[in-house]
Amino acid sequence: MISQFFVLSQRGDNIVFRDYRGEVPKGSAEIFFRKVKFWKQDGQEEAPPIFNVDGVNYFHVKVVGLFFVATTRVNVSPSLVLELLQRVARVIKDYLGVLSEDSFRKNFVLVYELLDEVIDFGYVQTTSTEVLKSYVFNEPIVVDAARLQPLGPAAIFMQGNKRMPGTAITKSVVANEPGGRKREEIFVDIIEKISVTFSSSGYILTSEIDGTIQMKSYLTGNPEIRLALNEDLSIGRGGGSVYDYGSSYGAGAVILDDCNFHESVRLDSFDMDRTLALVPPDGEFPVMNYRMTQEFKPPFHINCLIEEAGHLKAEVVLKIRAEFPSNITANTVVVEMPLLKYTIRASFELEPGAVGQRTDFKEANKKLEWDLKKIVGGFEHTLRAKLTFSQESHGNITKEAGPVSMTFTIPMYNASRLQVKYLQIAKKSSSYNPYRWVRYVTQANSYVARI
Amino acid sequence: MAPPAQSQRSQSPSQPSGKSEVSDLKLQLRQLAGSRAPGVDDSKRELFKKVISYMTIGIDVSSLFGEMVMCSATSDIVLKKMCYLYVGNYAKVNPDLALLTINFLQRDCHDEDPMIRGLALRSLCSLRVANLVEYLVGPLGSGLKDSNSYVRTVAVVGVLKLYHISASTCVDADFPSTLKHLMLNDPDTQIVANCLSALEEIWSAEASTSEEAAREREALISKPFIYYLLNRIKEFSEWAQCLVLELVTKYVPSDSSEIFDIMNLLEDRLQHANGAVVLATVKVFLQLTLSMTDVHQQVYERIKAPLLTLVSSGSPEQSYAVLSHLHLLVLRAPYVFSSDYKHFYCQYNEPSYVKRLKLEMLTAVANESNTYEIVTELCEYAANVDIPIARESIRAVGKIALQQYDVNAIVDRLLQFLEMEKDYVTAEALVLVKDLLRKYPQWSHDCIAVVGNISSKNVQEPKAKAALIWMLGEYSQDMQDAPYILESLVENWDEEHSAEVRLHLLTAVMKCFFKRPPETQSALGAALAAGIGDFHQDVHDRALFYYRILRYNVSVAEQVVNPPKQAVSVFADTQSSEIKDRIFDEFNSLSVLYQKPSYMFTDKEHRGPLEFADELGNLSIGEAAHNVISSQRVEENDKDLLLTTAEKEETRGSSNNGSVYAVPYDSSTSVFASQTQIESAISNPTTAGHSQHASFGIDDLLGLGMPAVPDVASPPQLKLNTKAALDPNAFQQKWRQLPVALSQELSLSPQGVASLTVPQALLRHMQSHSIHCIASGGQSPNFKFFFFAQKYEEPSNYLVECIINTTSAKAQVKIKADDQSTSQAFSSLFELALSKFGTP
Repeated sequence: MISQFFVLSQRGDNIVFRDYRGEVPKGSAEIFFRKVKFWKQDGQEEAPPIFNVDGVNYFHVKVVGLFFVATTRVNVSPSLVLELLQRVARVIKDYLGVLSEDSFRKNFVLVYELLDEVIDFGYVQTTSTEVLKSYVFNEPIVVDAARLQPLGPAAIFMQGNKRMPGTAITKSVVANEPGGRKREEIFVDIIEKISVTFSSSGYILTSEIDGTIQMKSYLTGNPEIRLALNEDLSIGRGGGSVYDYGSSYGAGAVILDDCNFHESVRLDSFDMDRTLALVPPDGEFPVMNYRMTQEFKPPFHINCLIEEAGHLKAEVVLKIRAEFPSNITANTVVVEMPLLKYTIRASFELEPGAVGQRTDFKEANKKLEWDLKKIVGGFEHTLRAKLTFSQESHGNITKEAGPVSMTFTIPMYNASRLQVKYLQIAKKSSSYNPYRWVRYVTQANSYVARI
Repeated sequence: MAPPAQSQRSQSPSQPSGKSEVSDLKLQLRQLAGSRAPGVDDSKRELFKKVISYMTIGIDVSSLFGEMVMCSATSDIVLKKMCYLYVGNYAKVNPDLALLTINFLQRDCHDEDPMIRGLALRSLCSLRVANLVEYLVGPLGSGLKDSNSYVRTVAVVGVLKLYHISASTCVDADFPSTLKHLMLNDPDTQIVANCLSALEEIWSAEASTSEEAAREREALISKPFIYYLLNRIKEFSEWAQCLVLELVTKYVPSDSSEIFDIMNLLEDRLQHANGAVVLATVKVFLQLTLSMTDVHQQVYERIKAPLLTLVSSGSPEQSYAVLSHLHLLVLRAPYVFSSDYKHFYCQYNEPSYVKRLKLEMLTAVANESNTYEIVTELCEYAANVDIPIARESIRAVGKIALQQYDVNAIVDRLLQFLEMEKDYVTAEALVLVKDLLRKYPQWSHDCIAVVGNISSKNVQEPKAKAALIWMLGEYSQDMQDAPYILESLVENWDEEHSAEVRLHLLTAVMKCFFKRPPETQSALGAALAAGIGDFHQDVHDRALFYYRILRYNVSVAEQVVNPPKQAVSVFADTQSSEIKDRIFDEFNSLSVLYQKPSYMFTDKEHRGPLEFADELGNLSIGEAAHNVISSQRVEENDKDLLLTTAEKEETRGSSNNGSVYAVPYDSSTSVFASQTQIESAISNPTTAGHSQHASFGIDDLLGLGMPAVPDVASPPQLKLNTKAALDPNAFQQKWRQLPVALSQELSLSPQGVASLTVPQALLRHMQSHSIHCIASGGQSPNFKFFFFAQKYEEPSNYLVECIINTTSAKAQVKIKADDQSTSQAFSSLFELALSKFGTP
């Protein structure tokens, strides 16, 4: 049970504000914003998503730079409120197509309409985009999607993947196409976030894949859908430590540590043939979330060397090798490395003929940054940096720099080898053949090499 | 970051811009009000939008109320909705104008479109104007009977709204029983869920005055109703499922097969993508199996994977909430998670609130088998760019060292930190080495060698400096330069800003003096002179005290300032087991995140329905004092008792500031403690027993957690007064003043558990043992009692707080006594009496 719900812009302005129970004093939005902005004097630490000021509990999640906030005086379930805030953001996105401050401001009356139906007197009524359709009458005012940073994991398909119409994922579930006819299509995205930590000698210390099968359906009439996954997929590791690196690369089944499913998913035949049956509700939703610690081949190998090179000088050599096939390209790769605190200058040397690469030394936090627009599978790239120090280093300089961290996006690649073998849509007629998009993407979550 | 941009929000109607625009709007609305021209709805929409956007950013547009109502005569549903929103917002401050809206809202409640009926009914109930409630009863009554489920859903919540505006109107109209009927019969599960929420609120509020409501509230957790809900659980929305599951946690199944049935039924809820459903299910599993140790362990194993999946699949905010719950479970069952420690490694890009939790979990799961890996990982974080996290990691290493038996490897790492030459690393490490030496004095040789190389000039943080000075004093015999370093520190007395450091300096110089008098004498003189002249009261007092005691007798001074020490075996825990259990009872709530039971952060009226914490509020008056105290006094009494717990928590918190451990070692409190001791030593220098007793008092004060049992001759047999009497006021006062003499957990015999159906049963029994009850309360399985007893023919009182959980058959007992020395004897008496409960 919540008392108020509001959305604040990055600057702390109310975009929408709804008081459901009148138990929390009016100034709560201001109290909240001041608390979050000045959580610790030094501003170094982020405010936790839940805190209590004068008996009022404030919950918030950040979505596209906006604060979605709920308040209550009651000792409620924190997961419930946080989940609700995320869900409200998703419902609003389903309606507006794009979630941004701009689209919010243009459509705030619609958002109020939604909020009135989602929550009544602080109790959740429904968060189903489909159910809400019959209660909501405002037409969304669609903002120009091209200029805006879209929300959600599907956004990553926007870049560099020409096979997809860019606007499809940013269209509202209720607004009609300009032509008046709705296009029949369904998107199934397999999105994996990988976390790997390499030791200084290059061994894998920890690795994990957090994946989700995301679905967004624009099919009319809600036909039933069957998703078939790898037949050799198994779930749960019986006995022993989860971190058992006994098995070797390549061979063997895909073993998930654990997974969970959207409530629309029926698992009747899952044990037999690994198929999921569901009638997809409108809007975007995760069909399945999964987690895997089975060993996999990391997409990039990182090699970093830092050596003293004379008085007050050192040299860094960074090598990145793409360990995936050459028909796959990673994009928006960023490599970062904190340097020694007393570094005053860094000069960079890229390999000859390098294109689409950019280097930078961030003076303020003493960080080296190396951006690569894309890396084609199988290629290796090297960066050399000469550092100048303001003081003598004591002993071991490797202890005072690093670790190297990397972020990247690799479309049409997934590290877990989990696959959607087929996507079957219950046919209405022989001519009914909607567009089906099954897309894979891998992103770095925490990809770190120690030095 | 720039301060919040307030320009927009702070615009009040008094400011010219806001005001003129509002009056502008007023004019335009008036023009449109009567118009029937085509397209007028579109213009109205634009105007309404403007009004609502002003309302959102905090401009007061209540002056438009009349115009808005006039414009609302329309069939356009979007317009209607905006108007309802506006009216709901301002009706409360404009009760007179709100009357204007009643008419059209009531008319809309009879519209043929169920959508309009529902909307109008919701707005009608949201007006929150007390003198309009008479207009609500009719529409609500028909709304509850409406053929359309949307209208019924709205009406059910409407009843709850009405209850909050005027409880008596709601009850008089017999709405609660209508809701009950709907709850048991309506096919729409959202209506069932809304009825449940509404009735939980209404009956919990009514329960204190109405026995019937109390009975109805109990009936919600009766077997037939719980089964009715559980059998349909999958028809409920995910949010309503959480509601149902929360209710199920309060249900007490009659036997184990019932428990297994419920768990099998709910098993697949653990695979739900909604974290709230999973956590609610986890709570059911944990609560149901509390009394079945083996199954309870299996539950831990079972819930591990789903919780870890939630941690990694959700947003950082969600994973924070889930991690907090995992943290609680890890503390309760570290061994279950000890092989999963890698899940708690920090990731590079996680927010610091997540990292902090993970560090705590790593410390909790560390055991013989994984310590090496965990400490290695933590050492990596010590060089982290995020300095607060780096510090936290070093503290974690220290904590692990203090809880492990085999500390060799860890001590080496800590000493390496000292050599890292990063000031904050050195500072943290110094504090840790100090704590380590207090527990493992045998490491002093290795540590002192390294610490001796640290120049006190490089240590600036007060905590670290104090730690260094403490070591200089404590180990001055092993550190060649100790007197000289101390001397130079004394010379810079005026530049030392921290009183804490100056206090430590005084004590360290004293200790050094006892060990190496000739070298330290001049430093001691200078330190005492500077100390006596110090503007800080504590420093001044301590210096003066040292000076006087030295003048009185140097060997007594040594006895006081530098007595032989015992290694600290267990550092005081930051939280009592009672508090931890309370938090566990409140699983899946904010208590877990704040690591506090709910009574510490919520007001009584917001504690939520059916909550255990309410139990204090329900304390009934004990039979012994029945005619003496009014119920109001019990209320006060109860508040005060609550306060003391909260205060204790606070002091604990403050002594905990900065340092991880809650043990003040040579802080200002010990001055007071040593004074008591010296007074006894002076007045009674030969009575060893007495001074020893006093020293236990000090331990008590310092919270060292040493057994409070003096090993002097066992106290004489205790006899209690059978006709003891104590005024509740006096009890309350004493409870506040006296320290806890003894705190322990006792077991109840099975017969005892069986007999304890109502609190009165135990009262009569204890009275037969001359232990009287002053207040009691609670309901199965949790009971709380306050007892007192008096020594035979002596006005010496014993006060007892006793919390009994019949499911675990355990009693948490806290004893306070006027005469501390006999509290152990009394405790045995109490235990004996309790153990006989239930036996004929």
